[in-house]
Amino acid sequence: MNGGQDLGGAHGFGPVVPEPDEPVFHGAWERRVFAMAMAMGFTGAWNLDGSRAVRESLPPAEYLSSSYYKIWLEALEKQILAQGLATAGEIAAGHSTAPAKPVARTLSAEILRPRFRAGFPSERPPGAPARFAVGDAVVAKVMNPETHTRLPRYVRGRPGRVEALHGAFVFPDTNAYGRGENPTWLYTVAFAAADLWGPDADPGGRVIIAAFEPYLDPA
Amino acid sequence: MTHDHSHGDDPHGHAHDHAHDHDHPHGSELSAVEARVRALESLLVEKGYVQPAALDALVEMYETEIGPHLGARVVARAWTDPAFRARLLAEATPAIAELGIGGRGGEHMVVVENTPETHNMVVCTLCSCYPWPVLGLPPVWYKAPPYRARAVSDPRGVLREFGVSIPETTRITVWDSTAETRFMVLPMRPAGTEGLPEEALAALVTRDAMIGTGLPLSPGAEIRS
Repeated sequence: MNGGQDLGGAHGFGPVVPEPDEPVFHGAWERRVFAMAMAMGFTGAWNLDGSRAVRESLPPAEYLSSSYYKIWLEALEKQILAQGLATAGEIAAGHSTAPAKPVARTLSAEILRPRFRAGFPSERPPGAPARFAVGDAVVAKVMNPETHTRLPRYVRGRPGRVEALHGAFVFPDTNAYGRGENPTWLYTVAFAAADLWGPDADPGGRVIIAAFEPYLDPA
Repeated sequence: MTHDHSHGDDPHGHAHDHAHDHDHPHGSELSAVEARVRALESLLVEKGYVQPAALDALVEMYETEIGPHLGARVVARAWTDPAFRARLLAEATPAIAELGIGGRGGEHMVVVENTPETHNMVVCTLCSCYPWPVLGLPPVWYKAPPYRARAVSDPRGVLREFGVSIPETTRITVWDSTAETRFMVLPMRPAGTEGLPEEALAALVTRDAMIGTGLPLSPGAEIRS
């Protein structure tokens, strides 16, 4: 979706300001939001693509003026409500007044490290041969879905070149809504900076994205 | 230091200066958020969806165990072992796993090499994708709008803000993390490091050098930090 999250090429946000000796979390509540989001994601009530979709669907003004973990908190509460894991009243009260909804699994301290060390791979066996090959000239599709997608606006309609095939991966555009993983070919696609930004682009510069097959047309 | 207590003197929630305060909610907003988070955790624990010990362990793991010191080990190994470097650039995930490193947020690693001809820089314009197993959780600036907006369109200008000057003759390639592939930069080995052991080399490898917004330290400079 063309929401507040799609920031590539935007102006007016000012300089990048790194914080010296930055802590991993700024304040105790950020620690708990991070950990709750991880642990709730582990229950299988939703997936990572779904979390991204909910976060970026915050109104742009709210998205852009909220801190990172504030966005996570807003999204986490929305997902809990949407999945029927708790009611708005329970969330407001911080107290359960109805039985829990069964979840597939819960994260324990004992399984955390081995489970996270194993990871949660997104690659799947491909359902069909790849449409493009390394070296192919392609054009990023002009498309403006109101739903979740991982094709940033700044490349849409621009010519690029396939640099590599990664394999077939879970397709975020459907997986975010529980409409299936639909394993889809994922490519490394390079764009000349001048094709994205015009004559002011950094000379010889390139921008590379990971693009799913449905995001691409032959040039 | 942390910033837990740094906002109590501003109860007004004034208009934020995004460049400096984007991730620092003020005053009453902060205490309201704290209360909300506490309430939510109580509820989720009571429902049996989350276990407090698992939450504590998650925080401990990402605050104290997983961080850029792991990526630095990968870089130092690549600088000293040409066969490892070749495996790392060809297929990063299994190569990194040789060092016992990997997992969530780094299931599909790609390592890109800086050379005199090409400087690489990593961003996630759409959210905050970042190679957790080698770099830990991302810093605020990586997740905030200024970097996400300009890394792709003005990388040289962004590098200047980091105090990094790349020769005009070096091309810049920016990697936008738009899928589950996660990128780490293999910086060039600094001059004057011949014969240094892996551990000493790793101490020169900064987090920013592996994002591409910095360069490795010179020998002797690591003492400053």
